[in-house]
Amino acid sequence: MIDLLRRIGLWGRGVVVAIPYLWLLLFFLVPFLIVFGISLSEAMLAQPPYAPLVDWLVDEDAGTTKLQILLNLSNYLRLGGDDLYILAYLNSVKIALVTTVCCLLLGYPMAYAIARAEPSKRGPLMMLVILPFWTSFLIRIYAWIGILKANGVVDNLLQWTGMTTEPFELLYSDWAVYIGMTYCYLPFMVLPLYATLEKLDPTLLEAAADLGCRPWKAFLTVTLPLSLPGIIAGSLLVFIPSVGEFVTPELLGGPDTLMIGRVLWNEFFANRDWPVASAVAIALLLFLVVPIMVFQHVQGRQTEAGR
Amino acid sequence: MKQMGKLAWALWFGYAFLYVPIALLIFYSFNESRLVTVWGGFSTKWYAELLQNDQLLGAAWLSLKVAAMSATASVVLGTVAGLALARFGRFRGRTLFGGMITAPLVMPEVITGLSLLLLFVALEQAIGWPDGRGMTTITIAHTTFTMAYVAVIIQSRLVSLDESLEEAAMDLGARPAKVFFVITLPIIAPAIVSGWLLAFTLSLDDVVVASFVSGPGSTTLPMVIFSSVKFGISPQINALATLMMVVVATGIFIASLVMARQERQRKRDEQMAVQGG
Repeated sequence: MIDLLRRIGLWGRGVVVAIPYLWLLLFFLVPFLIVFGISLSEAMLAQPPYAPLVDWLVDEDAGTTKLQILLNLSNYLRLGGDDLYILAYLNSVKIALVTTVCCLLLGYPMAYAIARAEPSKRGPLMMLVILPFWTSFLIRIYAWIGILKANGVVDNLLQWTGMTTEPFELLYSDWAVYIGMTYCYLPFMVLPLYATLEKLDPTLLEAAADLGCRPWKAFLTVTLPLSLPGIIAGSLLVFIPSVGEFVTPELLGGPDTLMIGRVLWNEFFANRDWPVASAVAIALLLFLVVPIMVFQHVQGRQTEAGR
Repeated sequence: MKQMGKLAWALWFGYAFLYVPIALLIFYSFNESRLVTVWGGFSTKWYAELLQNDQLLGAAWLSLKVAAMSATASVVLGTVAGLALARFGRFRGRTLFGGMITAPLVMPEVITGLSLLLLFVALEQAIGWPDGRGMTTITIAHTTFTMAYVAVIIQSRLVSLDESLEEAAMDLGARPAKVFFVITLPIIAPAIVSGWLLAFTLSLDDVVVASFVSGPGSTTLPMVIFSSVKFGISPQINALATLMMVVVATGIFIASLVMARQERQRKRDEQMAVQGG
């Protein structure tokens, strides 16, 4: 009887898990397979603008039906053969790396200061970091346009202090993209860092001090290694989406700010070359597989540590 | 002590970096001048113009509807997923499931958008659904990427929660479904509320995925903002940004008050239970 009840319980659990599971299979996993399929097909003028991969060839004279599958690798060869794509990938990695480092340099002291603050103040201080994240990021990027452009806030400030006399424009450069992306992704860095730093046992630092360790050395040898999971999680949370970023370089970057997200967007919407856009997406995904796996590993470890 | 002083400076610098642009935006929304950075006197005319901009208001209404629907759907799916990950132990396909749940957190938006659009196109060819793209497809897309956030919030809340309460209820003969609705759900309610709010904001904020999966005639608010920022700036955006920030700040403030009160109540209840009162 108990066994039966347990079996019903297990069955119930199965049904419960099945709902989100099926949703993710249909709307997350299957789409990637479709993208992969289309990346192997040929572009053509049709609706939708790509050739079907699978064709049934009906030969009425012979009375046979043949299945024909056409795989077209030229989209991938184009990616490898054209400097534009390779440069775009390299430049995306560069911009994402700079953004990650900026977020880390700015976010680590913030997370550390909040974790060291009095317990009652930690919540509100953390809230202040997350609050901008709740407002539209498009609008926050837009705010930077007014600051960085010629005759904008920075320019006026510099002219007023006499540091420059010529109009000075930071907007439409890689610098503007770094600033805008660091600004948008900063909370993603501070959150996991704060989570690990807050759990850190302060008695470890006391022990280090008792044994004659100077604060700076204690930080380097105790705090920093122990916060490594937070650093890794935060860095990946910033780095991976940064590589494919589209909006920030489009609004703040110059025409020569080449990023792979922008290339994909243009191939898809401007050139309407869906197969090449798919190939760009698959290549980007392959490129990010290792970082994403590392992220999931760290995420899983952190969840286990929380138990 | 000296170290703390430097740290405090770093913290204030970080806050300045986060808030100065927002403050400037609010300041210039009351600017009479059309030029964004030239002060031409105090005026609320951009707010008045904003309220007459039908295209913008229509897009805002669509965005609110999509955000409300996708946040609700992603809370249901995300809660179940978080529960499965935190409480069901090992089950077949758990690794794949865990991977699919966390991957949308980091997936670049262009990839998510492109893959979902290609799915919708393929589905429409194969089974005739969805018939064209619009509110339904945007809602499905937003649900898919926001449920990851909800699942992570719920999971971390459940992991830090004492399992013995649920076990006690089971021992007293409650069925799993009853345990969930009577014990687990009230305890994780604050996490569900914050998950819903987060999903709502993420949906309201998304421009890339929405651009891929929307059809003609279904333009969301971020898409309108994006194109107006890209093709010449209108000071109305300053006013819109200010309004949105006031609404968000008020909502967060109320939500945090409610959650703080619930938390205090819960602590009191737990203490009473421990003392046997």
